[in-house]
Amino acid sequence: MKKLASTLPNMILSLGCITVIAGALLGWMYSITKDPIAKQAQAQQQAAIAEVAPVFDNNPEADKWETEIDGNPFVVYPAFEKGKLAGAAVKGRSMNGFAGEIVVMCGFEADGTVKDYRVLQQAETPGLGTKMELWFRDPAGARSVIGKNPDKTSFYVSKDSGGEIDGITAATISSRAFLETMRNAFEAYRQYEKTQAEKK
Amino acid sequence: MKKYWDVFFNGIIPGNPVFVLLLGMCATLGTTSSAHNGMMMGIATAVVLVCSNVVISSVKSVVPDKVRIPAFIVIIASFVTMLQLAVNAWLPSLNESLGIFIPLIVVNCILLGRAEAFASKNSIFASFLDGLGTGIGFTFALILLGGVREVLGTGKIFGAEIFPEDYGMLLFVLAPGAFIALGYLIAIVNKIRKTC
Repeated sequence: MKKLASTLPNMILSLGCITVIAGALLGWMYSITKDPIAKQAQAQQQAAIAEVAPVFDNNPEADKWETEIDGNPFVVYPAFEKGKLAGAAVKGRSMNGFAGEIVVMCGFEADGTVKDYRVLQQAETPGLGTKMELWFRDPAGARSVIGKNPDKTSFYVSKDSGGEIDGITAATISSRAFLETMRNAFEAYRQYEKTQAEKK
Repeated sequence: MKKYWDVFFNGIIPGNPVFVLLLGMCATLGTTSSAHNGMMMGIATAVVLVCSNVVISSVKSVVPDKVRIPAFIVIIASFVTMLQLAVNAWLPSLNESLGIFIPLIVVNCILLGRAEAFASKNSIFASFLDGLGTGIGFTFALILLGGVREVLGTGKIFGAEIFPEDYGMLLFVLAPGAFIALGYLIAIVNKIRKTC
């Protein structure tokens, strides 16, 4: 078959047809993947909340409370057990990571003690900053944040004055961003506690 | 038959996109921090390459010469976007490890290179084989490079420990190590190609 000549109508027709077909295919693909993608995100979030928050019998996502700290949105997913606030999972973020945004789901007990955490999103240096998921739960030295209360322990890197948490070796910037997220998440939790107290 | 075999085999060793043609370096160096990531990136690229080669080859006679590049790019970009949606929906863990590199397959010059150099001139079946061969060659190169970097950097291969991580050379996980490892691998591949 001979190639179509490069005349204007030919070019418009051919490119037009290709883009229309491509557009239709993309639309179809989008429509069949839309629900699974939303479900994945939902499932991921629910799993993270269930992992870090204390035992609860409410629906933390239905009771969520949003606030803003340092210009970043924080979402508190409160955990109630028998109508009493048992703690919360707080989705916090920081823009001060070594390579962009860090999103952490932080779990607090009723008094603000860190129960657990999950790093949901980060783009830190592989092998250095990416260790944060494991590092800050490692009982060695003063690495772990778990079981510590930001009210009593200073959530700063021990390199910085007054800090009481050991930062990741060779990834101080990532460590600072992580601890900043934890501190702000704690702050968000305290703010939420206040709104609850006012309600009563 | 011999001709088809040559077309298929060309992409694997004689015209390996990474070790011989040095195409697609951005994705190559960026995703090979471990053998597993390299393999996944290679497979993702190979899937798009085979699909785009087949489609481009089948529409080649209705695409006028002057608009062939935009037409090819639209076809490649559509496949990449569809792949990205599919990965997002059904393989979220893969999406996490490859991240930005999946959409970047669009600008991987291997794809446009094969479209322009091969698929726009040859039959559908030959283009399919060319895409498959080049894709396998690319995947093989990424696994090799990712494996070398993972072993030297972390002491693991496909996540299985060979020696303790503390003895690993962190440099190889980072970008400079990627260049160093790639340089040596290219030297070795060239040596092998010359001797046989």
